[in-house]
Amino acid sequence: MFDAALFYLRPHVIITDPMNIYVCVKHVPDSAATIRIVEPNQIDENITFLLNPYDENAVEAAVQLKADSDDTDVIAVTVGKPAAIDTLKSALAMGADRGIHVVTGYWPDSIVTARALQAAIIKDGLPDLILTGKAAIDSDGYQTQFRLAAALDIPVATHVGSIARNDNSVTVTCGLEAGGEQVIRMRMPCVIGTAKTLNTPRYPTLPDIIKARKKEIREVSIDHLAIEPPDSRMEIIALKSAVQKRRKQMIAGSIEESVTELIRRLKGEARIPLS
Amino acid sequence: MEKIAILIETRQGEIKPSLYGVITAAQDAEHELLALAFGADTARFADQLKPYGIHHLVTITAPSARSFSNPDNRARAIIRAMDHFDIRTLFALTSLAGKDLLPRIAARLDAPLVMDCLAVNLVDSTVEKPQFSEKTIATIRVTGHHRIFGIRPNMIEPKTMPVETETVVFNYQGTADDRLEVVETRQGKSGAIDLSEAEIIISGGRGMKNGENFQILQECAQVMGAAVGASRVAVDNGWVPHSMQVGQTGTTVCPKLYIACGISGSIQHFAGMKTAGTIVCINTDPDAAMMQQCDYGIAGDLFKIIPALTRQLKAHR
Ligand SMILES: Cc1cc2nc3c(=O)[nH]c(=O)nc-3n(C[C@H](O)[C@H](O)[C@H](O)COP(=O)(O)OP(=O)(O)OC[C@H]3O[C@@H](n4cnc5c(N)ncnc54)[C@H](O)[C@@H]3O)c2cc1C
Repeated sequence: MFDAALFYLRPHVIITDPMNIYVCVKHVPDSAATIRIVEPNQIDENITFLLNPYDENAVEAAVQLKADSDDTDVIAVTVGKPAAIDTLKSALAMGADRGIHVVTGYWPDSIVTARALQAAIIKDGLPDLILTGKAAIDSDGYQTQFRLAAALDIPVATHVGSIARNDNSVTVTCGLEAGGEQVIRMRMPCVIGTAKTLNTPRYPTLPDIIKARKKEIREVSIDHLAIEPPDSRMEIIALKSAVQKRRKQMIAGSIEESVTELIRRLKGEARIPLS
Repeated sequence: MEKIAILIETRQGEIKPSLYGVITAAQDAEHELLALAFGADTARFADQLKPYGIHHLVTITAPSARSFSNPDNRARAIIRAMDHFDIRTLFALTSLAGKDLLPRIAARLDAPLVMDCLAVNLVDSTVEKPQFSEKTIATIRVTGHHRIFGIRPNMIEPKTMPVETETVVFNYQGTADDRLEVVETRQGKSGAIDLSEAEIIISGGRGMKNGENFQILQECAQVMGAAVGASRVAVDNGWVPHSMQVGQTGTTVCPKLYIACGISGSIQHFAGMKTAGTIVCINTDPDAAMMQQCDYGIAGDLFKIIPALTRQLKAHR
């Protein structure tokens, strides 16, 4: 099992060994893909899958942090079906040094995913920083980063728009509502959930992609990680297409006439309280 | 009787209007409803909560008022209160604050959590929530000692169910984790309604042509009491900040009325506003995708139509 004492005794101020940045990435359907439901709770996966857009920002941030310090290892980790290896390759092409693929035969919920990530990470090394996107665009769960942090018993912040590294801590800004911000300092190791505003992810060049082919990807079956089965579960029992019934009424006439008609219908049949 | 709690969220000291729908999602004659609110001054909410079926208002206090600005501390306080009152089911808004607080609580309790629920069935412990860029609705069954639900703002119409509300004070004595420290909190624009909770949104896209032109939308928004949103093109061009972006990689919104101006209606934009009550499309192109999936469309120049709308709405007042 994970030895917490050992984990914290690590002298984070004296950085003699490389800094380990783990980036958790998810293989998700392209947002433009047509989703076809094939079984009561399955989709046809014969569509384009990509590195989750928010995770791109996490990879970019890790690669930038690596550029700032000579001795940094960026390790991309994914949990998912065999095809998820392509998402690791995308992360490697963006500049991650190596990858770990926890191979599953199904798409686990975030409770199991976090346990698998935790097990895979501590089996691999001691994390200084763990980065991941603030959400995955398939399930929009917003929670894996928190569950991972709780499993490792380390601090976490999400919706992060800037990261500044200090000796043994990081200072991040988290988005609040109506454009507000909270500045948070966390001792390392810690987990960061990245927002779109953090950076602009690089597009890998062809040489990057070719170079990435030589990078190591270690595969481990989820069954070999000896994860304790959780008591809690979130299971998709049914899926249906989301169809919104729209009125699809075109309003014609002069500018003034059509605006008058729009207001009339909004206040009338649509019952909108326009003050 | 099982106890069910609703986390109260406030804006400028007042209960957020979208919170009442969350209470309705939890309303059930069989259960005892508790509202949890931070700060001693929230005791005055009892009168507002009474019509919606809240039996107990729990005001959570701490020796230092500042301690609740720390997100980790807030989560710990809620967990203590849940433990103290034997609460196993928690409801809250899927707001920006909820997206931080609820997963913190769920992670510590190892509890199932579903964000952005459109409907909750407490009897069989299932929820409905959009997945895959709002292209599908999933029915999710949650299993666990605790269960936590984030409700999509404005999704559920508030219903009254009057009861007597009793106020209880819960004093949180815990200490903060010194590994996470809040250095500074800068509040958002005062009075500004966050996009994710706005009841009316008017958004602009590439058709706005530049950032200054968003003033036309601001003026109209002011008359309607609306928030202003944008497409990614408007954000990527630097016309407006990312906090205004609606869509896949922006904010998900669910207003009663969404007015799209000069927005073509890409899959990724729809991913952020598909559950809006009524959609109005103002676009020079009658074949735009937004026109095909709206309630009311006006094919025309937004620079003529929006000022006319503002003028007529002003005249109506
Ligand atoms: C991974 C990913 C994530 C994305 N996330 C988002 C997201 O979160 N949000 C988002 O919006 N997009 C997102 N996009 C981008 C999306 O694909 C579209 O490119 C974008 O939504 C288009 O913005 P638009 O409608 O403003 O511009 P366009 O598609 O160029 O449409 C402009 C429209 O304005 C109309 N117009 C022009 N002038 C006028 C006028 N004077 N009066 C009226 N109408 C006029 C035109 O007819 C046209 O329909 C994402 C894309 C990807 C790949």
